[in-house]
Amino acid sequence: MTENRNIKIVMDSDGIDRCLTRIAYEILEKNKGKENLVLVGIRTGGVYLAERLQKKISGIEAGKIPLGILDITLYRDDISTSNKKPRLGKTKITFSLDNKKVVLVDDVLFTGRTIRAAMDALIDFGRPKMIQLAVLIDRGHRELPIRADFVGKNLPSSLWEAVSVNLVEKNGIDEVVIEEGT
Amino acid sequence: MKLEKKDILGMKDLTVEEINLILETAESFLEISTREIKKVPTLRGKTIINLFYEASTRTRTSFEIAGKRLSADTVNISASTSSVIKGETLIDTARNLEAMNPDVIVIRHSAAGAPHLLASLVKQSIINAGDGAHEHPTQALLDMMTIKEKKGKISGLKVAIVGDITHSRVARSNIYGLSKMGAQVFLAGPATMLPRNIEQMGVKVYNKLEDAIVGADVVMMLRIQLERQKQNIFPSLREYSQHYCLNRSNIKRAKKDVIVMHPGPINRGVEISPDIADDPSYSVILDQVNKGVAVRMALLYLLTGGNE
Repeated sequence: MTENRNIKIVMDSDGIDRCLTRIAYEILEKNKGKENLVLVGIRTGGVYLAERLQKKISGIEAGKIPLGILDITLYRDDISTSNKKPRLGKTKITFSLDNKKVVLVDDVLFTGRTIRAAMDALIDFGRPKMIQLAVLIDRGHRELPIRADFVGKNLPSSLWEAVSVNLVEKNGIDEVVIEEGT
Repeated sequence: MKLEKKDILGMKDLTVEEINLILETAESFLEISTREIKKVPTLRGKTIINLFYEASTRTRTSFEIAGKRLSADTVNISASTSSVIKGETLIDTARNLEAMNPDVIVIRHSAAGAPHLLASLVKQSIINAGDGAHEHPTQALLDMMTIKEKKGKISGLKVAIVGDITHSRVARSNIYGLSKMGAQVFLAGPATMLPRNIEQMGVKVYNKLEDAIVGADVVMMLRIQLERQKQNIFPSLREYSQHYCLNRSNIKRAKKDVIVMHPGPINRGVEISPDIADDPSYSVILDQVNKGVAVRMALLYLLTGGNE
């Protein structure tokens, strides 16, 4: 990290863990238990958070709920006009979504375009009874009429700031940082 | 990540990094063909022309399905139903197709180098779906994807390719590709079917099938291409099959967990005995076809982009 960059840690490891614990309870409360409940994590950050939520939920009510992994690249609205091709990850949803209550999990909710893509993808897999959205950070600046059902923290940010969720599984540390753009 | 290349003309021009990118991308595409709704919106509004001057079932269908599963519009042209029979040249056909603004042209032609000629003439991406006895890169890529899935790696494997090497674009593309990926390639075939100086491609050459497949992890059998043989290069199919047909007894010389591949269409009883071709403990022939769709989806995805 360079010295002159302005990086602020807005949430630490304990903070993230408490948020996820609360979200796990909220998911169970809103859905009145874990019947027909499934989690789908959006690659890559959302997958780790979904795994943690799965663990927390089974700690509250015994039994594992199904967990799917979704790569939304092929559903992006800029994929055919952009020359950048993101490295394609594997989608792994090995169970039927028909009549399931699907909780989509992502790390940061920003423009809402990722979630739009994810919902289109989910509907190609079946007809869920409902789709809910859980995010660790909601940083605002929506470009589509999308909102989250479960939010770890609302983090008002400006467009030139970068919000990153670092997780042990991929970055070696749990923290949410906000960085001023150059 | 995007392929820097405009065209996919042969395995000779692909780097190890590019091959790995294509194979990894293809692995992610496999899942789409297992869904109930086998379609993603990725290439909406893109047009792919399949220009086939030679007969094909697998490759043409595979490209068409790959395009359709990505929501591209695919158009098939076969020489027998096109203006080719009115005498239009390949170059004129290409210029006319270019004027209709497709995004990718897939071409199969009996002349080696036809896709390269096209690539230099038109601005669209060209994919070589087989040019004469030269190259068939998408077949080599799907073969490598199958090997990688079954064996977990390509590097260090012993791969025997048996049959009419001279007329085989599949063999040539696989020799380039497999050697780049670190596999050892062994060839076998009658002397009349082995190109002179083929050893320069870094392969070991045998005359007997039994010698080439000793300890092999992969045995790739080639089709006898009667349509490409201008003169008889072997006395009879029967004699050929006595020496070069993979069967229950000679396959024992390969590794116990050997996989048997064939680019299709197979001549049952000529280069491969039906009981081997149909035995799922050896044969991965239908896996190859399955991977073909994913490999072609990956190439279409990686080649198309915006006009930045």
